[in-house]
Amino acid sequence: MGQPGFSTNDNELNQPVKNRGKNIKMAPFIVIILFLILAMIGIGLGEPSQVLNQATQICLSCIGIG
Amino acid sequence: MDLLRKWVQGLFFFMTNGYWNFPVTRSIYKGPLKVVCSPGLNCYSCPASTTYCPIGALQQLFAGIRISIETGQFFMGFYVIGTMGILGGFVGRMICGWACPFGLFQELLHKIPSPKFGIWPLLRYMKYILLVFMVILLPLFAIDEFGSGSTWFCKYFCPAGTLEAGIPMLLLQPALQANLGWLFLLKLSILIFFIIWAVLASRPFCRTACPLGAFYALFSKVKLIKVSLDHKKCTHCGACHDVCPMGVHFNESPDDMECISCLSCSKVCKQNAINLGIRGLSIANQYKKPKVKPI
Repeated sequence: MGQPGFSTNDNELNQPVKNRGKNIKMAPFIVIILFLILAMIGIGLGEPSQVLNQATQICLSCIGIG
Repeated sequence: MDLLRKWVQGLFFFMTNGYWNFPVTRSIYKGPLKVVCSPGLNCYSCPASTTYCPIGALQQLFAGIRISIETGQFFMGFYVIGTMGILGGFVGRMICGWACPFGLFQELLHKIPSPKFGIWPLLRYMKYILLVFMVILLPLFAIDEFGSGSTWFCKYFCPAGTLEAGIPMLLLQPALQANLGWLFLLKLSILIFFIIWAVLASRPFCRTACPLGAFYALFSKVKLIKVSLDHKKCTHCGACHDVCPMGVHFNESPDDMECISCLSCSKVCKQNAINLGIRGLSIANQYKKPKVKPI
C-alpha cells in the first residue's frame, strides 16, 4: 500500500530521470492529437453548421433580455 | 514583452470583435467566420463579434442534445470541446493573459487608482463549480417539458454577455427594453459587482468565476507553450510574488493552474530563472541587467 500523494507505480519510479522528462514533454502532443480527433469527429457529425446556426442568431434569453 | 502582450491583446480584441457595421445593421454579424472559436470569453450575441464563444456554444449544444439525438444528428459538442482542447493543449491559460477581451477589460479597470486588495485563495475553486454545474450538468439535465435545456451560465451569470451583448443590443434595438425584467437586473448587478471588484482586485472574474479559464487551467501541466522555472537559478527571493496579477507564487508552484503566462514574474526575476518556453526550450527571457556607466 502506498502513502497518499506518493506514486505506487514501480515502472514509473524505476524509470531513469531522463526518460521521465521525455514522457512529460510528449504529453502536450498526445493531448493536442486527442482533442484534434474529437474536433474531427464533431466536424464529421456536422456540428460546425449547428454552431454557426446558433451563433448567427441573437439568443435574447441568454443575454438576460426576455 | 509587456508591450507585445498589450498589442496581442488588442489584436485579439479586434479580431474577435471585428464587425463594425453593426450601427448600420443594428444586429449581429451573421457571416461564415462565426464557425471559428473565440479563444477567450467573447459573447457571440455581441454586435461586433465575429467568432463564437465556446462556453455559449457548448451550453447550446448540451441544452439541445436530446432533440438532436431524436432527430438523428448526434450533436454532442465534440467540435467545440475539441477546439477548446486544442487551444488548451497549445497554450492553456496563456489565452486568459494574451487573448481574452474580458481579461483585458479587467486589466484596464484595475489601473483605476484605488485601494487594492487580494482575493481569498479558496474562491478560485468557484470557477470549477460553475463549469461543472452551470455549463455542463444543468444544461444537460435540467430540461423543460419539451426535452430542451437552458444555457444556465449565459442566462443567469455571465457578466461578459451583459457587457458585450445585453447592453449594446438594448441600445441598438430600443424596442427590446419592453422585455426587461428581473433577469436583466440580476445580470446587470453581477456585472456591476465584477466591475467594482476588478477596480479593487486584480482579475477577479478570471480568478473566481470564469468557466473557460477553469477549462484551460486543466492543461497547466501538459500545455506545449508554458512559463517554466529554472530551479538551479531561483534563489526564492519572492520577487515574483508581488507582481503576479493572479496571486501565484511562481517559485513555489511553477505549474500553478492560475498562471496566465503574462510574464510579469519573468520581468522582475533578476536571476533570469523564469522563461517562456516550448517544451522546455526557452523562447523569451525578459530581465535585463541595468547598464552601469563607467566612472
